[in-house]
Amino acid sequence: MSATSGFVELYKMRMREFLREPAVLFWVFGFPILLAVGLGIAFREKPIDLVTVGVLRGEGAEVLTTALRAQPGFRVEEVDAEESLRRLRLGKVALVVVPGAELEYRYDATNPEGVLARSRVDDALQRAAGRTDPRTFRETLVTEPGSRYVDFLVPGLLGMNILSGAMYGIGFALVDMRSRRLLKRLAATPMRRSHFLLATMASRMTVVIVEVALMLGFGKVFFGMEFHGGVPAATALSLLAAASFSGMGLLVATRTRKIEVVSGLINLAMLPMFVVSGVFFSSERFPDAIQPIVRAMPLTALNDALRAVLLEGADLTSQLGRIAILLAWGGISFVIALRLFRWN
Amino acid sequence: MKSAIRVRELRKTYPGRTPVEAVRGLDLDVAAGACFGLLGPNGAGKTTTIEILEGLLEPTSGDVEVLGLRWDRDANTLRERIGVTLQETKFTDKLSVLETLELFRSFFPRGTAARDAIDLVGLGEKAASHVVTLSGGQRQRLAVACALVGAPDLLFLDEPTTGLDPQSRRQLWDVVRDLRTQGRTVLLTTHYMDEAEKLCDHIAIVDHGRVIAAGSPDALIRSLGGDHVVEFAFAGGVAGESELATLRALPSVRSARSEGDGYHLTVAEPHVALPAILDRSRALGSSLTRLSTRHASLEDVFVALTGRHLRDE
Repeated sequence: MSATSGFVELYKMRMREFLREPAVLFWVFGFPILLAVGLGIAFREKPIDLVTVGVLRGEGAEVLTTALRAQPGFRVEEVDAEESLRRLRLGKVALVVVPGAELEYRYDATNPEGVLARSRVDDALQRAAGRTDPRTFRETLVTEPGSRYVDFLVPGLLGMNILSGAMYGIGFALVDMRSRRLLKRLAATPMRRSHFLLATMASRMTVVIVEVALMLGFGKVFFGMEFHGGVPAATALSLLAAASFSGMGLLVATRTRKIEVVSGLINLAMLPMFVVSGVFFSSERFPDAIQPIVRAMPLTALNDALRAVLLEGADLTSQLGRIAILLAWGGISFVIALRLFRWN
Repeated sequence: MKSAIRVRELRKTYPGRTPVEAVRGLDLDVAAGACFGLLGPNGAGKTTTIEILEGLLEPTSGDVEVLGLRWDRDANTLRERIGVTLQETKFTDKLSVLETLELFRSFFPRGTAARDAIDLVGLGEKAASHVVTLSGGQRQRLAVACALVGAPDLLFLDEPTTGLDPQSRRQLWDVVRDLRTQGRTVLLTTHYMDEAEKLCDHIAIVDHGRVIAAGSPDALIRSLGGDHVVEFAFAGGVAGESELATLRALPSVRSARSEGDGYHLTVAEPHVALPAILDRSRALGSSLTRLSTRHASLEDVFVALTGRHLRDE
């Protein structure tokens, strides 16, 4: 047997294990795409809906109703005084117009829809009453791909998937092998231990390349995303992150014997990052006081770097700080994990 | 004869709030080419001993030489020259038998082809089957095949048939017997006395972390003083120490002890001892409620040495 055959066979073992487990395939490849589809549909950009306006029954109501119905963008209903307050409270109407010599607008100023309705209703009624605007203008509507929620979401899901894939693919798999005493059995052979580690990482990185292709390909085809030539950079970042997260996966697996325990450790490590690291919403939403911590998280670094190269077309040299964060997490994890790792 | 394993004063203490002395001064000499059995009850220190010999555990103290080499200096060479089966290794479910063996084969610079190792353990028809589909006995034979792919000079089998049904045990015994004819040294642990008796040409009986007797199965049984065991009971139960002395004095009886409601004698010649026992029964005015004779076994040796049965736990 040649010097590298151990590595090759270990790599084949990991890949076979992965490819022959339908449930794993689903969680790694299918689930993130389903998530992207679901969230993409739920948060799709749409033209502003009709504003529903109530007009209080009474003298002059008819004129107002006609004036509003003549303009696009309004749904108008006539309401009683009592009924009007209830419908306003429930959000069935955004604003109630009370006819009279002086018009009265009733709306909730803390509700964006109410504020919008006030401005549009006033505009429509003033023009209907003969107001002319002193300045002329034209409108250019901008719907730029790259600013939609789904554009934000897809790199975040990719980052999340790389993290959980590495933690489970390395951490969980190693503890499983330890609990089956397979690690111990392997340690009793002349297997080079570096081969074992490298093969485990190599199989993980192979899967990551497929994940990147699948996620980004799906984003492009299904959501029409534009990546500004950032795909090679995103692939490189993903591989780097996979290597770094492998170190973290190795770290949670150093001594743990039970798969239940390692599952808990993995979730303990991952869930805070799923929240703060800008997967589903921007990490900028957290207070300034904790931003240094949020930005030091490896998943934040990965997500921000992925978005920079994919959505803004940034090059990798502009992402060195984030790359350094990823390298530091991976490097420190590996050093500690390799010192503590138990085969028995 | 060349020595395959030489152990002196081996000790292993597992640290903890109450430290466990698993091995307490164990000596062992295994000749090259032997099939050597470590026989003892659960918890006797067999697995700890074998895992130290396999380089998987560090001894607390003592001197261990395997194939003339030492784990602290020659670990890599040693791993290439030994084959190991652990208790209850679960191989990867979704790999086939052949794939599993190719994996293990790849670690060894020299050895047996994966296919040949599969044939050696009689799993040829299962080569393409996934591990998950194998029976317990087939999995154990796969474990032995994985230990054989490196063409080891020394093979360790830790409790190879524990948990197997009788037919699977016999199949595995056949595999081990074949290995012996190829001139490899085999060290196995077992708490089945019949397994040790059938497979091993040399046995060390281990109890509480020490070897309490060693030799060929025949020699160990002969050490009882008689090859045969006679077990019987008088109506009226067991009398005192004086009755045991009387029984011991009967012709051809080598030892006597009471067991349960009756007596257990080791005898050299049953055809001499049996009439004397019947005479004794008549002399007591009693009758025999049961009587059986059989060849003495290693179990009897263990009981004679420790006063306990192998499987008392």
